[in-house]
Formats: sequence, C-alpha cells, structure tokens
Amino acid sequence: MAEIALNQMKAIPREPTAWDRLKANRNWLAIWFMLPAAVFLILFLAYPLGLGVWLSFTDARIGRSGIFIGLENYEWLWGDSTFWLSVFNTLLYTIVASTIKFAVGLYLALLLNERLPFKAIIRALVLVPFIVPTVLSAIAFWWLFDPQFSIISWSFRKMDLINSNINFLGDIWNARWSVIFANIWRGVPFVAITLLAGLQTVSPSLYEAATIDGATPWQRFRHITYPLLTPIIAVVMTFSVLFTFTDFQLIWVMTRGGPVNATHLMATLSYQRAILGGQLGEGAAISTAMIPFLLFAILVSWFGLQRRKWQQGGDND
Amino acid sequence: MTDALAAKAADPKAVLTGSQRFADDSEGMSYLNSLPRRLVTLYLPLSIILFILLFPFYWMALTSIKPDNQLLDLDTYSPFWTWNPTFKHIYKLLFETQYPIWLWNTMLVAVCATAISIVASVLAAYAIVRLRYKGAQWVGGAIFLAYLVPPSILFIPLSTVVFQYGLFDTPFALIFTYPTILIPFSTWLLMGYFKTIPFELEECALIDGASRWQILVRIVLPLAVPGLISAFIFCFTLCWNEFIYALTFISSTQYKTVPVAIVTALVDGDIYRWGSLMAGAMIGSLPLVILYAFFVEHYVSAMTGAIKE
Repeated sequence: MAEIALNQMKAIPREPTAWDRLKANRNWLAIWFMLPAAVFLILFLAYPLGLGVWLSFTDARIGRSGIFIGLENYEWLWGDSTFWLSVFNTLLYTIVASTIKFAVGLYLALLLNERLPFKAIIRALVLVPFIVPTVLSAIAFWWLFDPQFSIISWSFRKMDLINSNINFLGDIWNARWSVIFANIWRGVPFVAITLLAGLQTVSPSLYEAATIDGATPWQRFRHITYPLLTPIIAVVMTFSVLFTFTDFQLIWVMTRGGPVNATHLMATLSYQRAILGGQLGEGAAISTAMIPFLLFAILVSWFGLQRRKWQQGGDND
Repeated sequence: MTDALAAKAADPKAVLTGSQRFADDSEGMSYLNSLPRRLVTLYLPLSIILFILLFPFYWMALTSIKPDNQLLDLDTYSPFWTWNPTFKHIYKLLFETQYPIWLWNTMLVAVCATAISIVASVLAAYAIVRLRYKGAQWVGGAIFLAYLVPPSILFIPLSTVVFQYGLFDTPFALIFTYPTILIPFSTWLLMGYFKTIPFELEECALIDGASRWQILVRIVLPLAVPGLISAFIFCFTLCWNEFIYALTFISSTQYKTVPVAIVTALVDGDIYRWGSLMAGAMIGSLPLVILYAFFVEHYVSAMTGAIKE
C-alpha cells in the first residue's frame, strides 16, 4: 500500500521526455498535419508542373521517354501557323468572353441587388448553369446549334429574320461566336453571384447620401459602387480570365477545334498534339507557353488586391 | 414636338408624386422607382437573362421526352411543347447502354476524391491557421497559387506520371488526381472558416490538457460544420464537372465517368441520337441539381468565401 503511494508520488513530477516535448512542438505537429495535403500536392501537382516544363524541352512521345532537345519544340511551334491561330483564338475567346461576362455579370448582379419578389428563388435559378457539368450543358448547346434542326434557326426563320438555317458550328466566325456565347452563358452566373455578394456589403446610406447631393444613377454607380467593388472585381475577373483562357471542355464537346482549326484553343491543341497525336513534348511546349499568360493574370489580380489594402489604409499583412 | 418634350420633362415629377402613396411601406430609396419604370429597367432585362440562362435546360428536358419523329420535324408539330411524352430515350439509356455504370463511376470517384480532399484540407487548414508554424503564411500563399494552376496545363505531364505510378485506366487515376484541384480550394475555404472560430475556446481546451487532435475533433470541427458542408458540396460538384483528366487517364468504357462517356461512347452516327444524348445530359446533371436545391446557401457561401480571402 505504502509502496504504491510512494510510486505515485514519484510519478507526478516526471521529467518531460524528448517524445513529450516533440508532441508539444508546433512545428513538428504541423508537419504531421500538413502531410496528407502535401503528399497529394507534391506528387500530383508540383512534380507534374515541373515535369511539364521539362517535357517541353524533350522529344517525348507516348510510350517513349524523350531526350533533351533544347528549344526545338518551341522553334517548331514558332513557325507553326496552327499554333499561332490557336493563340489568336485563345486571346479572342478570353478577351471577348471575359469582357462580356464581366459586363453582363455586373449588370445582373445590380439587377439582383434590387428589391425583388422571390429573390432567393431567382438567385438560385441564376446559378444553375454554373452547377450543371459543363460538358452536359455543352452537349445541350451542340444540339441547340445543330445545323439542320436548331431551334434558334427555326425561331428566327419563323420571325422572318433569316431565310435559311444558320450554320452555327460549321462556319469559321459563326463557330467562334457560338463557342464564345456558350462560354459567356456558363460564366455569367459565377460573376453575377460573386459580385452580388460584394454589392450586398455596400451600405445603402452611401447611396442615400449621394442621392440627396443630387448624384445621377450613373454617378452613384461610378463613384460608390465601382470603387467599393474593385477588390472583388479584381479577384473574380482573375478567376474568370484564368478559367476562360485554359478552357477545354466546351470547345472539345462542341467543335473539337474545328472547322479548320478555327476554334482551337491552346488547351485543345495541346490535347490533340500530345494525347491524340502522341507528341508529348510538343503538347507540353504548348501548355508551357500558356504559363506566362497565366502569370500575367495572377499578377494583375495581386496588384488589384494590394490596391485595396492601400486604399483602406491597412497594412500589408 | 414641344408637347412631347414638356410631357417628358414633367414626367419624372408625375412619377414621383404618383409613387409617394406607396412611400410608407417601401424602404430606402425604392420610392423613387415606380412600377412602370421598374418593369422596363428591372423585370424585363431580368426575365430576358433568366430566359437565356434556363432555356437550354428546358430544351434538354423537352428533347429527352419527345418522340423521335417530333424531334426532327419542327414544322408539323410545335417544337416548344409535346403532347406525347415518351420515356423511350430514358429507358434506352438506362437499360441498353452502360449509363448506370458510368453514373456509379462518377459517384464513386467524386465521393472518394472529395472525402480524401476534405480530410487533407481540414488538417492543412487547421495547421496553417492555428498551429502557425514557421512559414505558415508562405504555405498559405503557395496553396492559393496551387488553386490557380489549371488542369489544362497539367494533364500532359500528369498522364505520364499516372502511367509511371501504374494508375493509368483505373478509377484511382481520378481519385488521386482530383484532390489536386480540390485540396487548394477547400483548404483556402476552411482557413477562412477556422479563422472565425474564437481562439479562446482552444486556449481553454489547451489549459484543460486537450491535445491538438482533441481540440480539432471536439471543438473546431463541430463549429465549422457549415464550412465543411460548403467545401464538400463544392468539391463534389467540381469532381462531377471534371472532364480533361477523365478523358485523358481513362480509356476503358467501363471506368468512364458520365461527362466523358457521353461525349465518347454515347455519340454515334445515329441521326436519332439526340433524345438519348439529352436524356443522358439531364440525368447526369440531376444529382448535382438536387444536391444544390438543398444547399443553395452553402453553395453560394462556398463560391464567395473562396474569393473573399
């Protein structure tokens, strides 16, 4: 009995062992907490990203690891008119679609910010195109843009606007505008709903004060809404530009880059060359060529965010 | 001419006095807008946009239940409605193709990848926000950058990586690669949620002798349930939506996911394919739409939460 009591007394002021100290060490603990995420991101994101750049300097094909050939892939692409066409298409697609997405999205957000009956339901409906998998809605557009049985052509014909069916996806410029339209359709809800969240944080008293001072609706928008919304616009548009620039699904389902490569984006061209054509090195070079554009978009967003902090007088933490 | 101008000039005032009767039950500055004005500036554009946004889905649903002869004959029957709905296309899709298997594949991949990602992101987000180890801020920034790396520039090297690891043409190729899209997003989202949980709660628990693991499981996670639901739904949707990895890494028909299978296996030369194609697209989007209908608020907060930070 006494022995046990003695033992217990001895046990209480136990020296923390190395293991105990390690358990309490937050850096050591953090390693364990970060491990699962780090394993995935390193094995399947960081490593392939580096590997992609490396592949672009090799002549790798499917089933054969390539040897280093320096800039040969890039030199070949430099003289490849299809590649330049895809760059042109990508820029056109990104610039036109993002601009319209921003304009329509902001307009829709402003509309939804008004007092409306059934607002919650309307907002939920607006977001549906964003929920439905892109490929599935792209198939619906494919059917809507059918050269023979398009309901759009039919309706316009009934309204006597056109005489013959529109060849939506078979004509070079028609195809471009059609895929851009589908992309806008898909992207507007995202822009609108996120901007709406930003709009809801703007205090109504600012508008009331401006109205009393005689501001027109345009002035209220230009000098109150827009400046207060700038930071969120910067982020939303970065995402929008980024995902439009690297779009693959819509194009692949609707046109596969055709007619005569008129809708090939850099992403679809790299898939065609690398996976279907088997030229991994060349495809990787096209992918790598997209990185500078993406970095540019990220930098723009970054400085957009910095500006907000500077405007609000906050420190850069 | 002058009359018209005068009427125009007088109009705003007339509108103003006309609407003052309603001024009492309106809020803010809404009394400035009369009903006709709202009709033109608000309801009309809103309904046009809503019509364009929703029409493809109506068309999708209508096509999937129209009989074949009405699908291709727009002039005899009104194309905007059908009085003889048929379930032939849906029946054909479910019982004569491998569609149920593709649905199951998509579900399996989405659930597994989402579960892996949420576990990994909860741990990572907690460590970044609350353990605040050396360099935690840098890791947070790196994770945001990882979010910005699009799948379209990764799929070529990833396909060789997947081949090296021996995962090519198995569901694991997708289950292990989708988390690279999901982890950055959900970590970023959960970081925001964890920051809102009062630090004092954790201090109390630490003083009471709880380990970090106990704090995470018993205190932080129960408080972060809305964030977890948001992250789960958004990840699930992203998985369901993913196309390029599934297209590149899977070649056997029995392992394909719905989006890939519809484009590669269901599209054939048949002129009457539209009915079953649209049925496939509709049934493929239903699970997400149903999920979305129940969790709209979580969905919106996931979308805006990931951007706010």
